Amino acid sequence: MKAIQNIGLVIFLIGLAIFAAVPVLGTYKLDQNTFDEIVKEKNIKSDVFIQSINQNVVGKDFNGMLSLSPAISSALDAANSQHRKNKEYKKVIYTSGHDMAALVGKKSGAGFIAQNKGLMWFLTFGLGIIGALMFILPNVVLLGKKGIKNDGIYHESATNRGWIAWMVFVFLVSFYLVLYFRPEFAVNWTFLVDPISESLSGNPAGHWFVYGFMYCTVMTVMAVRMYIKYRHNVYQVVRTTSVLFFQIVFAFLIPEIMVRLQMPYYDFKNAFPLDYDFFFQWNLKSLLDSGGIGLFILVWGVVLTLVIVPVMVYFFGKRWYCSWVCGCGGLAETLGDPYRQHSSKSLFSWKVERWLIHGVLLFAVVMTGMTLYSFFTESGTVLGIKTQSVQNTYSLLIGAIFAGVIGTGFYPIFGNRVWCRFGCPLAAYLGFVQRFKSRFRITTNGGQCISCGNCSTYCEQGIDVRAYAQKGENIVRSSCVGCGVCSAVCPRGVLKLENGPEEGRINPTEVLLGNDVNLMELVNKK
Amino acid sequence: MEHIVIIGNGISGVTAARHIRKLSDKKITIVSAETNYFFSRTALMYVYMGHMKFEHTQPYENWFWKKNRIELLKGFVTSVNHEDKTLILAEGKELTYDKLIIATGSKPNKFGWPGQDLKGVQGLYSKQDLDQIEENAPNKEVCNRAVIVGGGLIGIELAEMLRSRKIPVTFLVRENSFWNGVLPSGESEMINEHILEHHIDLKLETNLVEILSDENGRAKAITTDKGETIECNVVGLTAGVTPNIDFLKDSGIELGRGVKVNRLLETNIKDIYAIGDCAEQHEGIGNRRPIEAVWYTGRMMGETLAQTICGKPREYNPGHWFNSAKFLDIEYQTYGWVFSERIKKEHENHFHWRHASEKICITVAYDKDSKKFLGINTFGIRMRHEMFDRWLTEERGVDYVMEYLKDANFDPEFYSHYEEKILSKYNSVMNTNLSPKKKSWKRIFSKPTRSEPVRQS
Repeated sequence: MKAIQNIGLVIFLIGLAIFAAVPVLGTYKLDQNTFDEIVKEKNIKSDVFIQSINQNVVGKDFNGMLSLSPAISSALDAANSQHRKNKEYKKVIYTSGHDMAALVGKKSGAGFIAQNKGLMWFLTFGLGIIGALMFILPNVVLLGKKGIKNDGIYHESATNRGWIAWMVFVFLVSFYLVLYFRPEFAVNWTFLVDPISESLSGNPAGHWFVYGFMYCTVMTVMAVRMYIKYRHNVYQVVRTTSVLFFQIVFAFLIPEIMVRLQMPYYDFKNAFPLDYDFFFQWNLKSLLDSGGIGLFILVWGVVLTLVIVPVMVYFFGKRWYCSWVCGCGGLAETLGDPYRQHSSKSLFSWKVERWLIHGVLLFAVVMTGMTLYSFFTESGTVLGIKTQSVQNTYSLLIGAIFAGVIGTGFYPIFGNRVWCRFGCPLAAYLGFVQRFKSRFRITTNGGQCISCGNCSTYCEQGIDVRAYAQKGENIVRSSCVGCGVCSAVCPRGVLKLENGPEEGRINPTEVLLGNDVNLMELVNKK
Repeated sequence: MEHIVIIGNGISGVTAARHIRKLSDKKITIVSAETNYFFSRTALMYVYMGHMKFEHTQPYENWFWKKNRIELLKGFVTSVNHEDKTLILAEGKELTYDKLIIATGSKPNKFGWPGQDLKGVQGLYSKQDLDQIEENAPNKEVCNRAVIVGGGLIGIELAEMLRSRKIPVTFLVRENSFWNGVLPSGESEMINEHILEHHIDLKLETNLVEILSDENGRAKAITTDKGETIECNVVGLTAGVTPNIDFLKDSGIELGRGVKVNRLLETNIKDIYAIGDCAEQHEGIGNRRPIEAVWYTGRMMGETLAQTICGKPREYNPGHWFNSAKFLDIEYQTYGWVFSERIKKEHENHFHWRHASEKICITVAYDKDSKKFLGINTFGIRMRHEMFDRWLTEERGVDYVMEYLKDANFDPEFYSHYEEKILSKYNSVMNTNLSPKKKSWKRIFSKPTRSEPVRQS
């Protein structure tokens, strides 16, 4: 069994190495016709740029994006600066050099990778999946009898912030940086999944499709791990299935199929304000231009946020979304599960958390207010502040860096819910409802609690669960996503996630269970 | 300002300190030689198993003590001089107190086995024991086999720990079935099976005779009363615990096995109190034993004594007995009293149900004549503490408890429920015709009727 795991690990690492090498490999050859198409499609009016590309790029062989990308972006920069100098603003190209390089690369990929998409898919994704499963499946036997098994988590480099964890950290952060800021290096990855994208939406894959496909793949493989690890715990099995279903069907398949049917790309479960650009002008316009379905999405999006979310939180707590439906939660619960113990439980992080997450919510709400004001009044500024620049700031700082690079990249170091805990504005909104108006709580049995600390250690949201359990207090915390792991790891059966009546939800117990005192006498003596 | 000195930073001492601080402004000092900060002893096993780091076993952050003005003093108390209210510490330092709380807990039993002080022989109780086992048994290469002596809770925990690092374990149990002095036979047998499933070499009715030494004074093997010699590198002695009170021998404080206390937790000497594992009641409360080395009783005593010390004298009055443990993968909870066959009284009858394939079972004890519900043991089913506490107070009949069992289920959502199966067996065994009542939030949250117990309904 151990041997199968080791072989699996090697296969996985080979797949991963090829995947990591692919961005800088490959050959590109831009022909005249393709370039003319691009010029037409992007409506490029800069003769300087066109001439420069015709001279230096068209018809030439480029080895790897490292040589193609600078050729494009330097031509673009040079052209733009000349036009700006001559005040020929209509000729300025507003696509960034990186996006332009990605566009050209996608259309001009010519080498082995672009011609052997199926084989390359197998050598990257295929080997990765096979290797990972060979590593994971033997656990059915190796983990022994069913029951919670966290043996050795703090002895392993990968799960105890050792060098493996830091390597994973570097890999994930780099991956997100490429995705958000250097899309031209993702071009070769898009070739690998072109056939899949074409079969779904009819279009070749972009780098976000790579991301979506990879997201689903990673979640599925890691869900297998969850099924094995928590096979004694039906709650965890059902929850993992739910979150996997919503990711694959709602976040991945339905939007792609909608594109095939000439409808707007839309993830029906992605609620505002997590879906922060829902009210952005371009989105509203595209929805309003899409006829009935656009209008439906618009109404659905508003109803989801204003009615469905709070009503569901009232009945089931924040968990129905954060650990049953949400994609960010889904990745955290599957890929992130091995790292959940790293969320800091200190009072200090709790203070940071509350300021940060509510700050982001406020930012999102103010931004949306400005956006809607601008939309209806058709003015670009609110009180002298440019709406567009606020949106850009949010997209960059929160949407890209916080949610993506830090949110996922920091899993191995800060735990798997960095984004959900410190940044997600929707989580903050759900949290308000959960804290003040919900049937959800974690009931604790203070009498049987031995303060061992398993619950707190494995709380991915950094809640000091033990602090409540040992006092016998029910837990009603804004941040609790109801993953149920505190209950699963408790050796004494002290914790239970419940949707009960609202009365008695918060019960600070003056007297611990077990100590028999005459309550009336106690009250009178006070 | 009155100076309260607490010897021992375990759950009872720390609880006392916390509650004294809540209720008063007294000066509080906790003296301990074991660790700088309070930690949960019961969690030590998880540190070895790699589930947690040692700091995770500490319920309070390190700044907590200063902020709450609880002084922590690292030191070992060698004697108590109650006439001038002074403690003598190991380095000869002295510490004066106005009120003294003895909360020194217990220490592992040693029964004078030959070789019991060799290297590689240890118990599992203190932080030092944890450090030692990490040294004695870091992996299966250094430790080819371990022998554990003593068939109780710490023994099985130690076996689980060593198995988590794939170390072969032989488990010597004096009785003819695991923990059958406490558990009824059906349960004890199920745990025997579970121990074997975990590839632990369980030897029942076997006693340790001698621990043999190698030339370096390390344990190399043991012999049993069955004439067997078992080679091993580590011997775990887990045959129970005794109060850790040797330093009080000449103090004038009345001692039995532990420090004798009355219901106010006072010793025979004014201003000296004892709580937790080391305290011994003159007479057991109800069916309880005079010394109870249980986590929650330590906590309750700490809380009670804080009231007394802060001017609201309160008797230690533990309610209905309950406890829990975990045997490898099987969670165990008990509410009320279910005695094993070995000690059960004449009027106590049992109803036992066991799942056909899973390691799940329950045993319900009731009075043979009045059919009053006495207690329940559950294995692999979590139960709602409040419900049983209330039913015991209300002195419900066993039929009532069985009918309303769904109200008491505390298992996670989507888990299989067994109340119907349990009740159908109950009906067939007891010749009753009960049907299970649906779970009702209203009943679960209704106020307990503590003052006027209801007779069986």
